[in-house]
Amino acid sequence: MIPYLLRRAGQSLVTLVLVSVVVFLGVRALPGDPALAMAGETPDPQLVAAIRHQYGFDQSLPVQYWKFVSSAVTGNFGISSRTGMSVTHSILSAAPVTVELALLSLLLATLIGIGAGVAAAVRRGRPTEWLANAVALLGLSVPSFWLGMVLVLAFAVAIPLFAASGFVPISADPLDNLHRMALPALVLGSGMAAVVMRQTRSSMLESLSADYVRTARAKGLARRQVVYGHALRNSLITVTTVLGLQLGQLISGAVVTEQIFVLPGFGKLTLDAVTNRDYATIQGVVLCTATAYILVNLLVDVLYSAIDPRIRIGGAA
Amino acid sequence: MTPTPSGGPEPVLTVDGLTVSFRSRYGSVQAVDGISYELAPGEVLAVVGESGCGKSVTSMAVLGLLPPTAHTTGSIRFADGRGGTRELLGADERTLGSVRGKEIAMIFQEPMTSLNPVLTVGRQIAEVLRRHQGLNRAQARARAVELLGLVGIPAPDRRVDEYPHQLSGGMRQRVMIAIAVACDPRVLIADEPTTALDVTVQAGILDVLRNLREQLGTAIVLITHDLGVVADIADRVLVMYAGRAVEQGTVQEVFAEPRHPYTRGLLDAVLRPGTRPEGGRLREIPGVVPRLTDSPDVCTFAPRCDRADERCTALRPALDTAAHAAACWHPLAGAAAPAPSEATR
Ligand SMILES: Nc1ncnc2c1ncn2[C@@H]1O[C@H](COP(=O)(O)OP(=O)(O)OP(=O)(O)O)[C@@H](O)[C@H]1O
Ligand SMILES: [Mg+2]
Repeated sequence: MIPYLLRRAGQSLVTLVLVSVVVFLGVRALPGDPALAMAGETPDPQLVAAIRHQYGFDQSLPVQYWKFVSSAVTGNFGISSRTGMSVTHSILSAAPVTVELALLSLLLATLIGIGAGVAAAVRRGRPTEWLANAVALLGLSVPSFWLGMVLVLAFAVAIPLFAASGFVPISADPLDNLHRMALPALVLGSGMAAVVMRQTRSSMLESLSADYVRTARAKGLARRQVVYGHALRNSLITVTTVLGLQLGQLISGAVVTEQIFVLPGFGKLTLDAVTNRDYATIQGVVLCTATAYILVNLLVDVLYSAIDPRIRIGGAA
Repeated sequence: MTPTPSGGPEPVLTVDGLTVSFRSRYGSVQAVDGISYELAPGEVLAVVGESGCGKSVTSMAVLGLLPPTAHTTGSIRFADGRGGTRELLGADERTLGSVRGKEIAMIFQEPMTSLNPVLTVGRQIAEVLRRHQGLNRAQARARAVELLGLVGIPAPDRRVDEYPHQLSGGMRQRVMIAIAVACDPRVLIADEPTTALDVTVQAGILDVLRNLREQLGTAIVLITHDLGVVADIADRVLVMYAGRAVEQGTVQEVFAEPRHPYTRGLLDAVLRPGTRPEGGRLREIPGVVPRLTDSPDVCTFAPRCDRADERCTALRPALDTAAHAAACWHPLAGAAAPAPSEATR
């Protein structure tokens, strides 16, 4: 386990370096000039030159890259050319929004997906299964912006259960926070819930017909224990894999969802930065997101081996 | 011990006219067609027959473990020895739950896949103890270690925390036996407990079963292909062919004087020197086992039998439940032909 984690950490580092190079060159390949964007309607060449100098855009690419990376490792992503403020600061204030949104959707997707998947497998061929399948199909095929609008119309306008926009920190008012985050989390989590449900259902069907489930029944165990303690325990292995694979989608989906519900998270930050050629912010956001993504995947791997003893403890004795 | 099926002690398990058919959209399969037997307390009954003749399906029916596609008729009664008798066929989950693993336990044919890969073997043994004997976690674990030792697993206090993939096939089958005997069941159904294992391991497993019968008086239904094992450990034999019982009697009777031509064929294959083929597998009895879709009123062995005549293809021979009997119109060794009674009740 330890050597494995070290190897993974090494791979992750290489990935991060590559990401930093790609995003650094990527933003500079975008058409448009940040200095021109800042200088206003009728740019004064002297002002433009001054801005270039101030943000270091007049230096050679290797020098700029070195400055970016060497300060990034200390957690400093430079100054935003759009707001003139510290990028690290805006990332830190946007992060709680996106992280909460992602965690809530993950929670919803896992609860709904696994619950519905188990129900569909156990009640095979009965209305419960058809219902679960139909809802899953809907969850997979409906685009999130459309689902977002429908949910807002239904549960924020027609029946005003939830708020349709805005963000209140969970530390300020937890209830109001959930009140505003419920719909976005549902929109973002729905696709994932559908995928998790289908995976859970098919792997539960497999587990339930396995020999060890027959053994569990032959022991006289209660049905609940057979389904959850034996069949689901095994199915969770494949379900966890799918969860890990879906996390990437969660991050990109968050950008769209944040737009729909006007949430001041990474999505909004990225979009604003891209439209304003705000190099430092784009670099910072992308690097942070990539790091989070890598860490989460590492976590999934660890979780995976915690569930499956065949990975944790190899080989027949 | 020479238990007489009728007239002896009250049978602990009575299977009466059991039929099992599987229905699918491709048609139906008659897997078991009128099996009856009685199992006396402490008795070892061997069930033999070619692959696919319905041995596993019969035993799965006893514990209600058949898939929902199975349709069963007949009766399976269990006597708990305290005066109570329970009907198991079609019983609800609560009744079955109180019998499974406690009164009647089963060892399955597939040792490699019958244990849950993500739970320790100790946990899988403890589970049945906690369910039926109300032990707490620590007690159940201590007892699990004890049971592992009992079935001959070395270093049981270490093995108890291992996962199935860390054990060999023989070890896993021993764990299955430990689970099965954990609550001192009155009946143990062992479905080819040694077939998947190599010969030295086989002997050890049979010893465990023998001890169990001697020390706890457990009645055992032993399903096997191996007539050597039958001669070694069983009291009585039930010979099955294509879902039906074709002969039954004590081991001595059936082995010394087989009455059904099919039994004779099976014995010829392994017992007579010179006719034993390479590898010790059964001699080919000419023809194939029919795959029945219903229950025809004929002798289903007739197409493969050199004694068959028009009677065999017109009427179904019944099996007398008393003593040594064969379901055959032309039994060997001078036995009288059975009366044409109703074979399926
Ligand atoms: N779930 C099922 N659905 C349909 N047919 C089945 C099912 N289970 C068993 N059968 C059929 O029932 C018949 C008897 O099967 P069974 O497993 O009892 O044979 P067996 O005597 O145990 O054979 P073996 O010695 O190979 O274990 C076979 O023809 C088999 O194909
Ligand atoms: Mg079998």
